[in-house]
Formats: sequence, C-alpha cells, structure tokens
Amino acid sequence: MDRFHLFPPQASSTAQQVDWIYFALTALTFLICAIVFLPIIFFAIKYRTGSTADRSNPRVESILIESGWTIVPLVIFIGLFGWGAIVYFHIERPPRDALQVQVVGKQWMWKLQHAEGKSEINELHVPVGRAVTLTMTSQDVIHSFFVPAFRVKQDVVPGRYTSEWFKPTQPGEYHIFCAQYCGTHHSGMIGRVVVMEPIDYEQWLSTGQSTESIALAGERLFRERGCSGCHSLNSKFHAPLLEGVFGKPAPLEGGDIVTADERYMRDSILLPGKEIAKGYQNIMPTYTGQFSEEEIMQLIAYLKSIGNQNPPNESK
Amino acid sequence: MPILTSPLSDESAFVAEQFDDIEQQRDAAKLGMWIFLATEVLFFGGLFLGYTVYRFTYGDVFIDASRRLSVLLGATNTAVLLISSLFMALAVRAAKLDQRRQLIRLLLGTALLGLVFMSIKTVEYHKDFVDHLVPGPHFEWSSKDPQNTELFFWIYFAMTGLHAIHVTVGIGVLLVLALLAWRGKFAKRNYNPVEIVGLYWHFVDIVWVFLFPLLYLVGHR
Amino acid sequence: MKTATEIDIKTEGQMARTHYLNVDLGLKSWLLTTDHKRIGILYLCTILIFFAIASVAAALMRLELLTPQGDLVTSATYNKLFTVHGVLMVWFFLIPSIPAVLGNFVLPMMIGARDVAFPKLNLFSWYLFVAGGALALWSLIRGGVDTGWTFYTPYSTTYANSHVILMAAGVFVAGFSSIITGLNFMTTTHKMRAPGLTWFRLPLFVWSLYATSLILVLATPVLAITLALMSVERFWGIGIFDPKLGGDPVLFQHLFWFYSHPAVYIMILPGMGVISELITCFSRKQIFGYGFVAAASMAIAILGFVVWGHHMFVSSQSVYAGMVFSILSFLVAIPSAIKVFNWTATLHKGSISFQTPMLYALGFIGLFTIGGMTGLFLATLAVDVHVHDSYFVIAHFHYIMVGGMVMAFMGGLHYWWPKITGRLYPEFAGKLAAMITFIGFNLTFFPQFILGYLGMPRRYHAYPPEFQLFNVLSTAGASILGIGYLLPLIYFLWSLKFGRVAGPNPWRATGLEWQTPSPPPKHNFKETPIVTGRPYAYSAQEDADLNLATV
Repeated sequence: MDRFHLFPPQASSTAQQVDWIYFALTALTFLICAIVFLPIIFFAIKYRTGSTADRSNPRVESILIESGWTIVPLVIFIGLFGWGAIVYFHIERPPRDALQVQVVGKQWMWKLQHAEGKSEINELHVPVGRAVTLTMTSQDVIHSFFVPAFRVKQDVVPGRYTSEWFKPTQPGEYHIFCAQYCGTHHSGMIGRVVVMEPIDYEQWLSTGQSTESIALAGERLFRERGCSGCHSLNSKFHAPLLEGVFGKPAPLEGGDIVTADERYMRDSILLPGKEIAKGYQNIMPTYTGQFSEEEIMQLIAYLKSIGNQNPPNESK
Repeated sequence: MPILTSPLSDESAFVAEQFDDIEQQRDAAKLGMWIFLATEVLFFGGLFLGYTVYRFTYGDVFIDASRRLSVLLGATNTAVLLISSLFMALAVRAAKLDQRRQLIRLLLGTALLGLVFMSIKTVEYHKDFVDHLVPGPHFEWSSKDPQNTELFFWIYFAMTGLHAIHVTVGIGVLLVLALLAWRGKFAKRNYNPVEIVGLYWHFVDIVWVFLFPLLYLVGHR
Repeated sequence: MKTATEIDIKTEGQMARTHYLNVDLGLKSWLLTTDHKRIGILYLCTILIFFAIASVAAALMRLELLTPQGDLVTSATYNKLFTVHGVLMVWFFLIPSIPAVLGNFVLPMMIGARDVAFPKLNLFSWYLFVAGGALALWSLIRGGVDTGWTFYTPYSTTYANSHVILMAAGVFVAGFSSIITGLNFMTTTHKMRAPGLTWFRLPLFVWSLYATSLILVLATPVLAITLALMSVERFWGIGIFDPKLGGDPVLFQHLFWFYSHPAVYIMILPGMGVISELITCFSRKQIFGYGFVAAASMAIAILGFVVWGHHMFVSSQSVYAGMVFSILSFLVAIPSAIKVFNWTATLHKGSISFQTPMLYALGFIGLFTIGGMTGLFLATLAVDVHVHDSYFVIAHFHYIMVGGMVMAFMGGLHYWWPKITGRLYPEFAGKLAAMITFIGFNLTFFPQFILGYLGMPRRYHAYPPEFQLFNVLSTAGASILGIGYLLPLIYFLWSLKFGRVAGPNPWRATGLEWQTPSPPPKHNFKETPIVTGRPYAYSAQEDADLNLATV
C-alpha cells in the first residue's frame, strides 16, 4: 500500500466500470478543452492588434451555430448521464447471496461484525470473489464508509440503516477511510480491508475465540431481555408472533402496508408507537437506550433468521 | 424614505435625488416591497417545509397535539386579521382620495386590530405556558410520544412566533404612518407609502391564513 | 516604476478636480455615505480583511499537508482552520466580492442612473455585513468553529464543542446584507434604466448581476431559516435534525443545499458578466450571441435551484432522487458551455490585445472550462460515489471559484480601477501578477484531482504516505499563488499615489460608465444619457485599420 500510485487499484467487480466512465469523461474534457483553447490561441495570434488579418463583416450571432453547440453537448450529456445511472444502479443493488457484515461507526472507529459472529475493529477480512454487503449505522454523527480501491462509498447515518456492497476481485489490503467529516479525529477513522483467498478466509474465520453468530446472539438477547415474554405463544399479552414476519409485507393499523425490513424492525424496537401492527394495540414499551446499535443489529439478524419460518399455531 | 426628511407636503420635495420623477420613485418602492415579500415567502417557506416533513412522518402525534390549541381563539384571530386587512385596503383608498381623517382612523383601526391579535396570541401563549406545552425544560406531555409532540409545539411556537414578530413590526409601522398622515405627509395623493405598507400587511395576513388551518385544524374532527 | 509604455497610453485630460472621493471629506462622510461608489469601496476594504484571514488559514492548512502526519497543528485546530477558511471565503469574501464591490460601483453608471434605487438600504446592507463579520470574528476569537462550512447535523447541533451558534449568527446577519443588495439591484435594473436602454441593450454584466440578484433574494432566506433551526436545536435541544431527539439529519442537508447550491451560482455568475465586458473591450468586438449569453445567465440562475441533491448522492437519499438530480445537473452545465463557446467566438475577427484585464479574462475561460468539465464527473452518479467528499470535489470547486470567480474579480478590478481611482495600475506588474497567479493556481489545484481519484478524502489532517507527492506539489503551488495575490495589493496601493492619471476612458470602451470623468462626480452624470443602440458597438476593423493599440 505504500508504493507511489497515480491511480487507485481496481480491486472490485465494479471498479473497472466506474473507471471506464472516468476515462471517457477525461477524454471528453481534453476534447472540449482542445475545442475551446486551440481556437482561442489561434484567434489570439491571428487577430492580435496590428495583424493584417481580414476582419471585415464579423458575424455576431447565428441561431444555427448556437443550436449546434447546445444540442451536441446536450446529447453527449444525456448519454453520460445514462451510462453513469446504469452503473450506479448496479452499484446500489447488492446481489442476493452476498456475505453479510454489520458495521457500526462511531467517533472515531469502525466496529464490524461478520454474520458468524467474529468482530473486528477498523479492519474487514473478506474472501476474494464473493459479494459482501455491509449494513451500517452510526452511534453518533454521520460518517461515511469509503473504500477507494472498490470505488464504493456510503454515508453511515445515525437513526437509520444504510448499506453498500462490493465484490473483491484481487487479494490485498486496501484503505478504508471515513469520508464524512465527523469531528476531531475524522482523519484517524481509517482502517483496511484485507482480501484473502477463500481458504485463508475460512481459516481466519475459525481462529480466535469461538463466537456465537450474530443471529444466535440475537436469539439470546430476545430471550434474556424479555422480548419473548410477549412475543411468544401463550403470552398473556397480545403481541404479534415474529416468525415469518421479516421481509414480508406488514399490514398496519390505519390501513397502510409496509415492508418489514431492517428499518421497520429497528423502529418497532425503539419507537413502537410509530407503526402499530394491524389487529394490535399500542402497548409495547420503548427500548430506546436499552440496546446498543450492535445489539439491535443482532436482534434483527435473529428476526431475519426466523423470517421464513411459519409461526407456531396460535390458539386464539 | 424621503417622506421622513422633507418638511413640507409639496410634491416635488418628495422625490429622492436618485429618481427622475415621482412616478419612478413610486414604481421602485412598490417593486422593492414585492421583492422583499418574495424573500419573506422563502423565509417562512423553510418552516413550512419542516412542518410538512414532520406532519407526514408523525401525523397522529400532530393531530393529538393540535387538539390542545384553541380553535375558537385561532378562528377569532383569523377574523381579526381579515378585518384588519379590510381596514388597510380602505386606508389605501382613503389616501388615494386624499381623505386625511379617514386615513388616520383606518390606519389606527388596522393597528388596533393588530394589537387585538397580539393580545389574543398572548392569552394563548400564556395558557400554553401554564399547561406546560412550551418546549424546553418545563414541557410535559402525558400520553404517547412526548418527544414528537414537543416537536409539534416547537414548530407551532416558531411559526406563530415569527409571524407575531412580523405583526408587531407591522403595528409599529402603521402607527408611524398614522402619525405622518396626521402631519399631512400623504396629502396631494402621495399615497405610495400607505400602499406599500398595505402590501406588507396583507402578506402578514395571508401567512396567518395558511398557519391557522395547518396548526389549529389538523385535529379537527 | 513605469505604468505603461508610452505608445500604449491613450489617456486624455487629467483627473477631475471634484469627484466622489474628494467632494466630502472626513470619516463621517464615509460612514454615513449613501453614494453607491463609496459603498462599493467600503465593501472592498472589508472583504479584503476576511480574504486575508481565510488565506492565512489556507496557508496553514497547506503547510500542515506537506507531511503525511498531523504534526504542525492539532486535529482540533486543523478542523477549525478549514471551517474558518470555508465560512469566510464563501460568505464574507466571494458572495459579496463582485456584486457588492464592482456591482455597487458600476451598475448604476452602466444604466445611466445617479445611484441605486434605495441608497440608504445600500449603506444599511454594508453595516449588516460588518455586523455579521464582527460576529464571525468574535466566534473566531472565542476559539473558532470546527463543523466545516457545511454545519452538518447532528455533529453541529449535538456534538461539536465549538462556538457554532455565534458563527451561524454571523452568517445569518450577513445573509440579510446579501438579500438587501439583491433587492436593490433588481429594483434598480427594472426601474432606473436611462431612456432608450431597453433590456436587450443592457451590458451583459447587468444581466449577470440581475440573475445573481434573483438567487440572492430567493435562496438566502432559506439559509437563514436553516441556520436558525440548527441553532435552536443546539441551544434548546429540540429535535429537528438529531435522530436521538426524533429528528432527521438528512433534512438538514436538503435545507442547507437548497440554498448552498444556488449560492455557488452567486459565486460565478457575476464573474461571467465581467468576462463578457472584458472580452468585448479587449477584442474590440461585439459579443457573439448576445441574446444567448443573457438567456444563459437566467437559465443558470433558475436551473441552479433544482440540482441541490447532487451533493447528496451517497447520503441515503433514494436512488431515484439521485437520478433526477443527476440529469438536472447535466442540464445546468449547458448554459455555462454556451457562454464559453460564445466568448471564444467573440474573438474571431477581433483586434485582440493582452492588457492585464484580458489576461485574467482568458485565464478565466481556460480554468472555468476545466472546472466546469470536472463538474460533469461529479454529476455522473457512478463516478460521484467514488469522488464525493474527496479532493476531487475540492479541486473542482476551486477551479470555478478561484480559477473562475477570483480571476474575474481581479480582471474587473484592474479594468475598472482607473474609473474608481482615476489612476492606472502599473501594466507590467499587472501582467506579471496575472501570470504568476495562473501558474500558481494550476500547480496548487491540478494535483488535487489526482489525489481525489486516488481516494484522499477532504478535511483530512493526516493522510497515508503515498499521497504525499501531490500534496507537496499543491503546497508549492499555493505559495506561488499567494505571491500572485500579494503583488496586486502592493501595486494597487502604490498606484493610488503614483499611478498614471487615466482620464475618462483609458480603454476606449463602450458603456455608459466610461462616459464620465475618472473618478466620477458624486451623481455620476450631469445629464441622464440617452441610449440609442446596442452595447459593445466596437469595430475591430476600424481599430486594426488605424493600427491602434488600446491602452
């Protein structure tokens, strides 16, 4: 990483696509500069005061010429927009089978946790050739998770989840930077992505203290912190069972239907009165302040893991 | 404005030195006021945007909170301001027709109604204070979601407070105008300043006409 | 020091005996003036103070960035440096620069008026500016602010330990100064044009000031409300932007950029107007495509209001919103391109000379073209994901604001200096400074494009060692650029006493402001002029035939 660079490494599946647009834009810039600078230099010499060039009948307007240099750039720009939008769409849509990593940013460090449970600070180990999706939130101010080698960046915002994905194509170590000013040690909130061969990654994953997976941790929290006291069969409180809920449409009191995604789950834990499930009342207490961001992510991972189960038979 | 410096009610003395004639001066003053009102629209607009965003996000909370505002007092205030705008429009007419006494009466009437508005507002604010609805350390809310209810009341006080400041400034200007009218500054149909202040007063009225339903009538069944 | 070669000067007559500078003397006559020309000078002196402070901050930053480690100043200090640099340069230097200095001085004269529509309001706007500046300076003296000029929440409302509200108050007050200036200019342009001066006979500088005024008047109030909301949340803990209090941090960004994007057009449109004046005068030619250039100014002002979301492509804004803002951002580039092509075409069959103002104008076209093209990189969604919040953005906007606007300001200042002071600046020194500035500027900011694509984020106090080379180049350039700005300070002051007397029209320019003595009398014109034709009625052919050089 210390060698002198003129250009960042192309280490992800989308890096090259982004770079192609960059090169095209650079070429266009040179072209436009040539189209503007060369005539200026030419005119400046040919028509300098004292020269004997023909200055009779200068043109001072031409709808045709104006239309020309309006429409041609317009067409080029629309093309560039379209190209950029298509690649952008691809950058923003993670593939289904990506490895999941949870990220919590806080002043001034990155806390990362793999689905299997292993945690890292300011480092992210991933296998080459597999897509990785980061689900991120901040504990305090807005940060931004930026990996130049992968050409990806996403703000990490408190109070909500944002995500980004990449598929590393080259083993190596690559910078992580925080790219949204976040206070005193903003420039110290850096780290590295370590891309390994799949075998080395599996080995890395299994070394160190054995950890429970995020989903298991979530299940443990679900029991220990009392969620299952209401959200289970035979509870004396009428609370929705959460098997088979995640990722499906969730009808609400008042008629709306929302998707039960990470945002919905998080809000249900912290702001339970915001969206009441249909057929239930607003009796769930808020858990604001009771869970850390990592614990909320663990709970959600658990709820995701039971998202495809059928709820146990309820006797009403 | 030149009327504050010239001692006589002679028409030519009213024209400031940068203008060629009274027409140009009047046109410029009127355009200036319209542009100023446009900036005010954008200024209030930021608050209206905030209101819209939070109304959309916390609709139920807004409904519950809004019920604590007195629709009766709010509606009375709306009527008060609308009548004051009527007086203002009649004042402009009086100035155009060189009716000095009528002009002074109508200007004072408008200012008086403005004061009535402020008095009713004071009564409302006082009641809100006593009921612990003022955002800050003494805010109390017993039912669900006090945090976002406090937000509603913050928006309420910010919007009506900013509006009230504008009303107060307007009352001051109207009183000055009445004084100048008494001194004969608007004789010989020099009604332009009255018309311009009228524009401002109508704007302040229109802002309230939007504020009232958005803040008071949200909870109306 | 010679002011110019003998064969170049065509100054007839002497300095006017009584003019706006010596008609009333004493401090009170300046502090209570309602003369737009004196108010322009008051603004000039005040903005120079802020430019100096902000430049020192930049110098310290570039010195720190010579080495990868943060070893010159602490992190906290560095953060305060880039904040003060941004806040002062944007609100207390660039936004007032051309409008409040050159616009105030020249606009009424250009339209044949004796003053602006509301001279007392004009003075009041200067006092508001000073008051806002005083609050900002007080915030600095108390220890400064470390939020960046963008004040993003919730850092600014909940976490920052610096004097945010004081600084925000300073900007708030100064904002009203710009609103009043815009209101004044719009009313003046609408209502006080000389007989015969129809809209399409106006000089393009007036068009650009009008478009700028539109933005000043409509966008600035939104900034005022945004700063007020931010301060209220900070002071009273009421949740608008902090999610822990139930607020939305991205809402702040929408409100802030809704003003701040149009604001950047405030920081380029007047410069473009100056360039139209300079290119025509120093090529002795009618502008090519007058109607299109005028319309382009208005189009930039209007389109500038609907592109703010391009600052927020990775903020968690929806992908679809991103697409809308991206296409609109490409569209807003078109009128700027039209202007560049029109200026270039103006040179065709002209009679071109290279006095200092023209050097700045040509430099502007070059640097603005590069800056503008790099804006396309940022408008392109996929590329912006990579370069957002990196040095690429910094390079882009400095190319426009410094390579563009500041060069235009310098060009305009040199051009109208004889009208303002009655004296000419020294031409050789002028040319030298222009070239030093151009070289220094490119060396400072071009490497930053490369740094940005490499991945160096903005607002970084320390960086990985492989970024050092380009940082060193950039700092070297900055020292050269500094010399480029110091030289005019010295020779302009020198010229006040020793500069060659200019006479009414040393550039033989068209334009009503040149039909007055230099310096002009207090009320500009003895009789209101009557306009019978288009602006820029130059004849390059005639000029070349007589083998005349301009001054």
